[in-house]
Amino acid sequence: MSEQAAVDKLKAKFGDAVLDVIEFRAETTVVVKKEQIVSICSFLKGELGYNFLTDLCAVDYLGQAPRFMVVYQLYNIGTHTRLRIKTPVDEADACIDTVSGVWATANWLERECWDLMGIVFNNHPDPRRILLPEDWEGHPLRKDYPLQGPDREPYQGRLE
Amino acid sequence: MGVEETLGNNIITTSLDKVVNWSRKSSLWPLTFGLACCAIEMMATGAARFDLDRFGVLFRASPRQADLIIIAGTVTKKMIPVIQTVYEQMPEPRYVIAMGACACSGGIFDTYSTVQGVDEYLPVDVYIPGCPPRPEGLLYGIMKLQEKIMKEQNSFGACIGVGQRING
Repeated sequence: MSEQAAVDKLKAKFGDAVLDVIEFRAETTVVVKKEQIVSICSFLKGELGYNFLTDLCAVDYLGQAPRFMVVYQLYNIGTHTRLRIKTPVDEADACIDTVSGVWATANWLERECWDLMGIVFNNHPDPRRILLPEDWEGHPLRKDYPLQGPDREPYQGRLE
Repeated sequence: MGVEETLGNNIITTSLDKVVNWSRKSSLWPLTFGLACCAIEMMATGAARFDLDRFGVLFRASPRQADLIIIAGTVTKKMIPVIQTVYEQMPEPRYVIAMGACACSGGIFDTYSTVQGVDEYLPVDVYIPGCPPRPEGLLYGIMKLQEKIMKEQNSFGACIGVGQRING
């Protein structure tokens, strides 16, 4: 199944939830609403054959609304096609339902996303940090997190 | 050829410090403990071409058998509890070498997750600059540590309760 056919089927089933479809350099990105992410992902895996979640991450568009985008990179092992799903997430309500029930690998990927970007995954089976120490405060990959950490003076450049 | 005659019943006079320090510096056993790319260089130093064994430096896999810990690589804040535990498990006298720019000062990793020099947590004896240092650099650092050990005074006496240790 080609990406275009998959997008058409997705639009037919979840018409309202599909916000945008972007084609760029033979890569297809579908922007969807976060409320239906689990049913969309189940459909993508069960009906359209996207059986491999390559990566799950988030992007911080600081200064824009909504601030975050959660990105799902999907791969169909049978037909060798890829699809990217993006979901806008507001800063005030930085949470989204977990897809770890769809792809088991999402468990750790969502933990990483929570750890570094601070996005809560509802109903996650194991919502702990994965990379940073357990007692860490803050989420360092957010654009407003100081690079040297909150307890140090930021780098001033070379002072000569 | 070879030993043609035994030494017989002879006496050698020396100071206790010299004997103790000499024996310590001649069998510095470091812990097998690598953290980043410096560890590769440390392994190369231990292997045939540079051959740490000729200094009596044998890597030990247990901190309880080690005299020296070579902090070879980037130290993250998450790694600090591990390093402290391992260091505390080493029997005294124990020595620390900070190998490479990261262990000395944080190196290029001027970030929230990286310790800016392991001397914030451990008493470092020798700092070896470089990114990573060449095996010759590590050898030179170990020889500098041996020189430092030879300057110790009364470290054995302090262990058996006779006087205080004097650091030369």
